[in-house]
Amino acid sequence: MKRLRVTTVLLYAALIIGALLSIFPILWMISASFMPTGMANTFPPRLIPDHPTLQHYRDVFTRLNMGRYLLNSGIIATVVTVLSLVVNSMAGYAFAKLRFRGRDPLFRAMSTGLVIPVQVAMLPLFLLLKSLGLINSYWGVIVPGMASIFGIFLIRQYAISIPDDLLDAARIDGASEGRIYRSIVLPTITPILATLAIWTFLSTWNDFMWPLIVLSDERRYTLPVALASLVGEHVQDTELMMAGSVLTVLPVVIVFLFLQRYYIQGVMAGSVKG
Amino acid sequence: MTAGVVQVAAKTPEWRAGRAGWLFVAPALVLIAVFFFLPVAASLLLSITDFDLYSVANPANVRIVGGRNYVDLLHNPTFWLALKNTFYFALIGGPLTVATSLGAALLLNAKVVRFKTFFRTIYFLPFVTTLVAVAIVWRYLYHPQYGFFNYALGAIGIHPIDWLGDPHWAMPAIILLAVWKNFGYNMLIFIAGLQSVPVDLYEAASLDGAGAVRQFWHVTLPNLAPTFFFVGVVTMIGYFQLFAEPYVMTTGGPLGATKSLVLFMYEEGFRWWRLGVAASIAFLLFLIILGWTAIQLRLERRLAR
Repeated sequence: MKRLRVTTVLLYAALIIGALLSIFPILWMISASFMPTGMANTFPPRLIPDHPTLQHYRDVFTRLNMGRYLLNSGIIATVVTVLSLVVNSMAGYAFAKLRFRGRDPLFRAMSTGLVIPVQVAMLPLFLLLKSLGLINSYWGVIVPGMASIFGIFLIRQYAISIPDDLLDAARIDGASEGRIYRSIVLPTITPILATLAIWTFLSTWNDFMWPLIVLSDERRYTLPVALASLVGEHVQDTELMMAGSVLTVLPVVIVFLFLQRYYIQGVMAGSVKG
Repeated sequence: MTAGVVQVAAKTPEWRAGRAGWLFVAPALVLIAVFFFLPVAASLLLSITDFDLYSVANPANVRIVGGRNYVDLLHNPTFWLALKNTFYFALIGGPLTVATSLGAALLLNAKVVRFKTFFRTIYFLPFVTTLVAVAIVWRYLYHPQYGFFNYALGAIGIHPIDWLGDPHWAMPAIILLAVWKNFGYNMLIFIAGLQSVPVDLYEAASLDGAGAVRQFWHVTLPNLAPTFFFVGVVTMIGYFQLFAEPYVMTTGGPLGATKSLVLFMYEEGFRWWRLGVAASIAFLLFLIILGWTAIQLRLERRLAR
């Protein structure tokens, strides 16, 4: 019995140390963002600001214009999320439930895309979007994110369990396929739609490389692109950069904390795709 | 009359479902074909051309050069450096991340532990944060004079390390950040895997007198094998695409010690506008990922037997 208690103490010690290591960089970022200028660059390093200030948050909005980037990120992530939900849910449902000629070979062919790294597509995609006049616009970021193979997978897996009888009964009653999708399929797959929505929102918000390539005009920058560009110029202003980082990270952390049940479901469901 | 018959015969429920099926997948298919598969195919073409700044201005300047970009790359020391760095990051960082994930999952899965949801949330939090933002945070934590890393090391008598300024330490520093940022994702998958191991297997092992360590080796690990391979493949594919961490923290330096293949591709393509060369790098990266994944899958099949 005594040995068991020793193990329990060790377990908790390991868990707490792990938790501290996981949370420490995030807490330090928040704390440093409230420190007066220069305090984050002292030795020994300080954990808590003794005179907390909101000055850097004011500066981030006035001098660094980050309100604009926040808006850009918000618009792009929201539009991608909404459009990709429609496009992927229709396709995922069709691949799961509607029988049409060539469906399974088509699905297999599409799945091969999962092993191709996105960077392979980026260079010609840039030229394609340039010829369409979409470079340096929101749409240049949005359009390639609208359909995702992973999203279609996720929906298909879930939609497979919709009973065929339910759909056939609606067909016999004369409902159109569009009507069936709207009033039977969508309500049934709501949980996985929520998962996909959060997943898409967070990954679009956090995405860096593609927006960096497509957006050249500063006024269209998303938060990560703006932050990476600002850090070059303001590398000495630790507290200011931390305020900018908090502004970038906070929205996704809040979304995650409130909706983590759905998000975690998505990660677990994603693990089946292998 | 004939047309009417055909129409009646055609509008069977199967025909309707078939048409609906195509209509429903059409938007996604068109988007994926035009904005993903078409560019992937075009990339192969691009890689055998001398597409450069002049061709961006006027595509008539493009010439086919065959395999010259590939040959040039194989003679380019920067390519080999980027390749070495990418393998360094993936081969050390990948296993380290998977091991950390498994450790965290085992801790969280222990029977006696309470507040599991709380700990799981904290452990998973780094994964949802924005990489660019936390890379900047870590840049300050790695500061040779004021950073917390050196302060903590100093407390146990280790001399300060110039984490991001020393070519020997820059990649380990980036690996540490990547482990911290990513272990939570695999951890969740491991937890799901651990929970699917039948409880009676442990009971049987325990009756046979197996202690905790032997149960781990003979029950937990073999049952986790599929999870292990999934996590391994996904992590390695992701890690071969290293980009944002060096871009933000070191811009590939010091002395090119953190220049990855994707960073090299980005610079060739979008800084110097040598899109032909960049496309060759992208394709070689694709082949590396494909080859590595194939090796891992073969290993899985061999071990499964």
